[in-house]
Amino acid sequence: MALHSGDLRRFAWRALRGFPARTLLMLTAMAIGVSAVVLLTALGEGARRYVTGEFASLGTNLLIVFPGRSETAGINPSTMMGETPRDLTLDDAQALLRSHSVRRIAPINVGSADVSRQRRSREVVILGSNQDLLDIRHWEIDQGRFLPSADLTSASPVAVIGDKIRAELFGAERALGEWIRIGDRRFRVIGILGTEGRSIGVDVQETVIIPVASAQQLFNTASLFRILVEAKSRDAIEPAKKFIIDLLQQRHQGERDVTVITQDAVLQTFDRILTALTYAVGGIAAISLAVAGILIMNVMLVAVTQRTAEIGLLKALGATPRQILTLILAEALMLSAIGASAGMALGQLGSYLIRVVFPQLPAQAPGWSLLTALAVAILTGLLFSLLPARRAARLDPVLALTGR
Amino acid sequence: MIELSHIRRSFQVGDQLVHALDDVSLVIEEGAYVSIMGPSGSGKSTLLNLIGLLDRPSAGSYRLNGQDVTALSDYEQAQVRNRSIGFVFQMFHLIPRLTAAENVELPLLLAGMPPEQRRPLVDAALAELQMTDRSRHRPDQLSGGQRQRVAIARAVVTQPKVLLADEPTGNLDQHSGAAVISILETLNRRGITLIMVTHDPEMGRRARRRLRMVDGRLSGTADGTA
Repeated sequence: MALHSGDLRRFAWRALRGFPARTLLMLTAMAIGVSAVVLLTALGEGARRYVTGEFASLGTNLLIVFPGRSETAGINPSTMMGETPRDLTLDDAQALLRSHSVRRIAPINVGSADVSRQRRSREVVILGSNQDLLDIRHWEIDQGRFLPSADLTSASPVAVIGDKIRAELFGAERALGEWIRIGDRRFRVIGILGTEGRSIGVDVQETVIIPVASAQQLFNTASLFRILVEAKSRDAIEPAKKFIIDLLQQRHQGERDVTVITQDAVLQTFDRILTALTYAVGGIAAISLAVAGILIMNVMLVAVTQRTAEIGLLKALGATPRQILTLILAEALMLSAIGASAGMALGQLGSYLIRVVFPQLPAQAPGWSLLTALAVAILTGLLFSLLPARRAARLDPVLALTGR
Repeated sequence: MIELSHIRRSFQVGDQLVHALDDVSLVIEEGAYVSIMGPSGSGKSTLLNLIGLLDRPSAGSYRLNGQDVTALSDYEQAQVRNRSIGFVFQMFHLIPRLTAAENVELPLLLAGMPPEQRRPLVDAALAELQMTDRSRHRPDQLSGGQRQRVAIARAVVTQPKVLLADEPTGNLDQHSGAAVISILETLNRRGITLIMVTHDPEMGRRARRRLRMVDGRLSGTADGTA
């Protein structure tokens, strides 16, 4: 004797409507659990997308060269001889262009200095580089032009400034062509960076960019902080990396004293970490689903007790134990499904609100989390109703009917 | 035909073993009209529950229409209850959130009958009990007598052979009680076996066969036939 699915649905639905208070209670518990999962994974996913987006904005097919080896070596000949890593020099940077895999390079020098005009002055991060930096980092020029394409070693007194620096030093006045003082030197403003282009570590709006040779003079150093290298294509990244390491080893008397990281590797690492983080917060949120499950079990037990007489009657009318079990589980299934859907809607709405309030954080629960939340919710609902349902199925009809 | 032989039903109450039914043997022919009377706790309800397969005997055998039903599984007993036995209770036991028609429909629904086949049977059962105009009312919108008529419609909608009534008039005033008895007797005249537990001697006397229970035993069957 199998119940018709339509009958089962209708019967369960009316049973739920017959006890609105407990139905609402369980729906709320379920909805909170599911929306917590959806919302937290949305946040995790948002953070992941934000960070990977930031890294992608560093540039495409990017390699970053910096002095020193990142591998932790215990004792090797260089430590024995008390050597320190050699600096990267402009000549090193220039040499990198010899590779077929390298499209362009941008040597970087970083320091901070006082930038002033008339009586206005502030401390600013100074970036020394060349004209290719603009394209490598996908920045945009708002007014004027970027650094001139001259020999790397020519220290011309020109500067490109961020929009915020412009506003602070010049206010409403015209800045292009004017002179500013950086440290003890004078520079002419030849360009202003667009407001777009924020990326990790550097706020473009608050930066002053000068030719790398000028920066070396300014900070009195012959070394470079980094060299940014753009490979010709994605496939050229690995050959470029190998070339850079080999070339610099050769130039540094056989010492492998530079580190080359590829943007892909960094990106993948962050991606892995943040995906793991998303799983973790999703898992934590899933605990609230388990709590909802326990609540469902309790309320279902009460429901079965409340409806003892009804269950006894159904048995007298010829309901098999399996049918009673099915009826109770159908109720639980319906509750979980409705609660989970409500929670899903709530979570999506929450993610939407987060996106509206914090546009830079693309909070959007990934598909797997939606599916998992739904599946776990329904599974918990069913699992925790199994005990009450079995109790109902085993009820002694005589005792149930007489209400003893 | 109902054949009970040497039926015992005992309950453990504390340290004591209480015999609710003590060696009861009984044969009830098809179409019989039987009343069971006796003081409270004499075992009449237990006997009715046993006949209705709501309870299992501790010992003895029970054959219903030639089939030994004591050995059946819970599942098979449920099927027998669904097809062959109708119950009418003192407390009506209607499901409050369902309409009269939906309450009547329940046994057919549990039998897995498709909705389009159920509808005419439900309508016929309600019509027979003159409850057609109340079919969409919920139990709390019906009087006691009307509720019991809905309950009877539910009991007979599967056209069972046996109708078991446990104090069917116990919660009704005299007038509705009389009406209910008359309905049950009409059903019996059409061939259904009617077994009724009652406290009311007047009701009990209307039955063609009267059983009296004392302390779990049948004591003297004052019946008109045998």
